Amino acid sequence: MAKLILQNVEKRYETFHAIKGIDLSIDDREFVVFVGPSGCGKTTLLRMIAGLEDITGGDFSIDGVRANDIPPDKRGLAMVFQTYALYPHMTVAENMGFALKMAKVPRDEIKAKVAHAAAMLQLDKVLDRRPKALSGGQRQRVAIGRAIVRNPKGFLFDEPLSNLDAALRVQMRTELVKLNKQLQTTMIYVTHDQIEAMTMADRIVVLHAGIVEQVGSPLELYNNPANLFVAGFIGSPKMNLLEGVVTARDDQHVEVKLDDAGNVIVMGDRIAVAPGTRVTVGMRPEHTALVSDGPIGGVADFVEHLGNETLVYVKRPDGQQMIVKADDLAGVRMGDAVTMAPKGDRSVLFGPDGKALLRREFHLH
Amino acid sequence: MDQGVAVTNISTEVRSGRGARQVNTLPLLLPAVILLLLWSILPLLRTIFYSFENYNLMTPPAVFNGGLNYRYLFTDISTWVAIKNSVVLVLGVLAASIVFGTLIALLLNNDFPGRNIARLLAIAPFFVMSPVAALIWKNLLLDPVSGLFGWFMTLLGLHPIAWFSTAPMLSVVIIYSWRWIPFATLILLTALQSLDTDQLEAARMDGAKGLARLRYIVLPHLLRPISIVIMLESIFLLSAFAVIYTTTNGGPGDATTTLTYLIFIKALNDFSIGSASAAGVFAIVLANVLAMFLIRAVSRNLQA
Repeated sequence: MAKLILQNVEKRYETFHAIKGIDLSIDDREFVVFVGPSGCGKTTLLRMIAGLEDITGGDFSIDGVRANDIPPDKRGLAMVFQTYALYPHMTVAENMGFALKMAKVPRDEIKAKVAHAAAMLQLDKVLDRRPKALSGGQRQRVAIGRAIVRNPKGFLFDEPLSNLDAALRVQMRTELVKLNKQLQTTMIYVTHDQIEAMTMADRIVVLHAGIVEQVGSPLELYNNPANLFVAGFIGSPKMNLLEGVVTARDDQHVEVKLDDAGNVIVMGDRIAVAPGTRVTVGMRPEHTALVSDGPIGGVADFVEHLGNETLVYVKRPDGQQMIVKADDLAGVRMGDAVTMAPKGDRSVLFGPDGKALLRREFHLH
Repeated sequence: MDQGVAVTNISTEVRSGRGARQVNTLPLLLPAVILLLLWSILPLLRTIFYSFENYNLMTPPAVFNGGLNYRYLFTDISTWVAIKNSVVLVLGVLAASIVFGTLIALLLNNDFPGRNIARLLAIAPFFVMSPVAALIWKNLLLDPVSGLFGWFMTLLGLHPIAWFSTAPMLSVVIIYSWRWIPFATLILLTALQSLDTDQLEAARMDGAKGLARLRYIVLPHLLRPISIVIMLESIFLLSAFAVIYTTTNGGPGDATTTLTYLIFIKALNDFSIGSASAAGVFAIVLANVLAMFLIRAVSRNLQA
């Protein structure tokens, strides 16, 4: 039950401009993920929303009320820390009920709320234990439970899964999304892991060096990256980016002569680019195929067999590496000369300034 | 082939290594054990032996007198006064160093200009030798005529107090506290610095501020270092001697005669080695009983 609006929000330290003016509107009940490389400001932004860091410029409002100067415990937002930050000398029940105790809620009510949250998170059997006696996954649940008990308007997660092992992380991912639907509250989730972002988010906010690079649904970001940074950051393995010069265009196609390679065609509705312009063509590994007589050539440098797919790392004549996702029957071996062709309708074109030239509407089926 | 050879080599080495471990280690330990025996066990045994003798340096020779030294010790009222004085001294200084040590540590944990210098100054008294500290307090601070405290009191129109005659035990406790508060401060300050900042931030989100934060987050975190301070200071304070010797000589009367000081009087004023040894043995038993409880309490805290 919280609509959060950030208007030109800034964070300046004495010598460092961490957040350089961010405009963002987060809807009620939305699951928003802040993603970006380390040092991009995503955690700082989250902590500013939480109230743990001062906002040095711009406006931040919760449900239409300016919240810049509201202390953290009065904002109605609960935070789950990366290290969980459980109080080691308190039992699980005391940990979960601490905020209510501070708010002078009657003892019986605290007990009932803690029991309710504990049942939801399967913690009922460990309520009397100290955090030390819990497994990593249980500690994580206690940290979430501590947030739930407060019945907050919104949840803030700061890389909460990074200390868990891989299997547990996948499990907690789905549980958090379910929790979002069940509790019907706004959630903001910070991660550097783009797979977490893709799998959990209603909307992803890609941050880079203190600015928002792009905001959109996971598939929007995947299919229509707004610029080279998002193109390189979202998707695994990374999108292949090759430079070239536009040789011809019509309303449906753009033909590009790639450096050290032949011509490829990018399809799109009335792309505004003049012949002779230097552009970058983005081709995802899964949208590039090994074909005979393809326009892009190179030598298979390394082949990874993952079972369901095979990744071929191709070294191009100019030394650049390109990745192609092939199937296991491709029969490519290390050292083979190969040629490749991208799917023209899935390729993306970027202008000399690094911004995408192509903005197709992408329909979800 | 090469690998096979290497493997067999390693396995024989492992076998011979296991054999080496069965070698008798006693000769290797013996020098250290003998030194330890000479150093601490022999004097102890000798003390126990003397405690059963009527052994006065003025009237040799020493004669075995059964448990007479112990009978005199337990029937002598001054023994119980000394025990009471020891307890008052230990508890008084402990209370002061925990309360003020915590407060000073909390202050010094804040960020302010000149913090490092303030920290150094706060810790400094701990590095002053006991007799020196005692003399400074006796002559420069507490003295009714030339002392700083007396001067202050005259400024306020009051009569200066002769501290060592009107409140002798309090004076000794103050001097020892002045030396041991910095020790507690040092340990508690390092403990405060190891408090997880995420925990403090979580507490901020949970709405724990000021005193609530101190009570529910900071003090529980300090429980462990505080128990360590209690244990270490108790050990040192039970054997406290130098300040008493320099300032009050155990007096006036027996007002500041602790168990340690009583043993000193018996041995080097009365030259009664026998009764001093008996008191010493009693002090050892007492200290060990106390240590047992303390260590149990501390180790429980360390486990939690």
